[in-house]
Amino acid sequence: MESQTLLVLLLFVLILSVFLGFELINKVPSTLHTPLMSGANAISGITIVGALLASGGDGTFSSIIVGTFAVFFASINVVGGYLVTNRMLKMFKKK
Amino acid sequence: MLFFQSPIFINLSYIFASILFIFGLKMLSSPETAQRGNIISALGMLLAILVTLTQKNIISYEYLLIALVLGIAVGIMASSFVKMTSMPELVALFNGFGGMASLLVGVAEYINPSNVNLIQLIAISFTVLIGGITFSGSLLAFGKLSEIISGKPLILYGQKIILSVFIIIGISLALDLIINTGVTDAEKFGFLNLSGPTVLYILIAVTLILGILLTAPIGGADMPVVIALLNSYSGLAASSAGFVINNNVLIVAGALVGASGLILTNIMCKAMNRSLTNVLFGGFGSASGDSSKGGQIQGEVKPISAEDAYLILEAANSVLVVPGYGMAVSQAQHVVRELGELLEENGCEVKYAIHPVAGRMPGHMNVLLAEANVSYDLLAEPDDVNPLMDTTDVCIVIGANDVVNPDARENESSPIFGMPVIEVDRAKTVFVLKRSMAAGFAGIDNPLFLKENTRMLFGDAKESISTLVSEFKS
Repeated sequence: MESQTLLVLLLFVLILSVFLGFELINKVPSTLHTPLMSGANAISGITIVGALLASGGDGTFSSIIVGTFAVFFASINVVGGYLVTNRMLKMFKKK
Repeated sequence: MLFFQSPIFINLSYIFASILFIFGLKMLSSPETAQRGNIISALGMLLAILVTLTQKNIISYEYLLIALVLGIAVGIMASSFVKMTSMPELVALFNGFGGMASLLVGVAEYINPSNVNLIQLIAISFTVLIGGITFSGSLLAFGKLSEIISGKPLILYGQKIILSVFIIIGISLALDLIINTGVTDAEKFGFLNLSGPTVLYILIAVTLILGILLTAPIGGADMPVVIALLNSYSGLAASSAGFVINNNVLIVAGALVGASGLILTNIMCKAMNRSLTNVLFGGFGSASGDSSKGGQIQGEVKPISAEDAYLILEAANSVLVVPGYGMAVSQAQHVVRELGELLEENGCEVKYAIHPVAGRMPGHMNVLLAEANVSYDLLAEPDDVNPLMDTTDVCIVIGANDVVNPDARENESSPIFGMPVIEVDRAKTVFVLKRSMAAGFAGIDNPLFLKENTRMLFGDAKESISTLVSEFKS
């Protein structure tokens, strides 16, 4: 695809996602602020997709090493983020 | 080529993963569905990772598997063994790692010899900038929250000038990277005669310094805002990395996180009646205290013993507990719940009023009380409890200070004037549990302590409440 068309498409996705994000999270009770933040933080670990491609892809030795470090950091973010959120949410009970 | 390696399958899977993220986030906004929502979002992540791993673009697994296994091990250990009171710093740390990962993705793409186009170059510069700020900013926040370094605002002489200089250097380096990459030496523009990777490495150093310069001036009481903002940044960095590798799932997921972080930031700022720029650059609490100008505070401190406090509580029909950071410090949440249950058995109505910025991260107090098994429908926001305050018999303020300061309503010269607070001074009796008469985190005097209906219960919050609990039991 021509790069300009691609850029427009990606920007389109970006803008719609930002608005979707605002709509989704607009009315969150303050009880859930911490789990929401840490759950969202885990989602931001999606950058692991780029890290895996850089680490396992067809690059120079240095780009592979940099990618490997990216995988390490991103996987801590993803796994730790989801587990810690789950641990917190398990405690939220109504009696 | 296998079907599950075909571009159409991969992209459809990424779309499906995005849908799972969206549903997961939606469900995170209600206590009944939140845990399932988090699991759904985790499934989306698992799908995205598995689909990526099976792509034919990935030709060697040795490095990435080692990193993956190590990262998963560290993630499991950190999340399982940390205490609930250390949650703010752990969230900050994870957040920083996310920013670092995005930065490294940008770097890896840049030093990969395959051609990068102009759009990717812009995206790489932006990813490195935001990712670097997120990383060092989050690490500094982690240090402040875990009290490895002082939580007090650190203002350098000429802070704003230094910051401006570094911002200008950062932007210049980013522009240099965008303009001068992939052109011959003769075509190079500008006076910097450095190779692309060198410019990139200097840019990284500058962004790391920027993250520190932006976070250092912010004091402990403003931490909820910073944590929420850094959370938003890590989303933006991931979204920007999506432009680097032309991947929609990164753009969607990153944008969702960016938006949610901004909403939280906004809620926190509103709860303090301050603008974001004031929080970031105001150096709140370090300014010379002008709160004394608004008339000398009248009255005297009236201490009370736990035994006398018990007699008042025993006769009370409604009690409102207002926790603050002090409850987290003394780990008093379990005895607080015990006291609440004893009061309820005694026929008293117990509620917990939680200010949005109480503690060190958004919702900090809610997490601690949930850990102690307090039902979440007993937790109320300031707007819910303030109208009923005049009929409340006793307010127990546990290690909270600025969020209950009556100066926010009464003293126009107070730095926190206009901030929505929990108006505990309107209750019939107020118990303030406090270690000593020191000022709160913002360094402002609190006339609440001197009011006619206020009794100070000095000492460690956990010990004081334990005494109350044993009085009830005897």
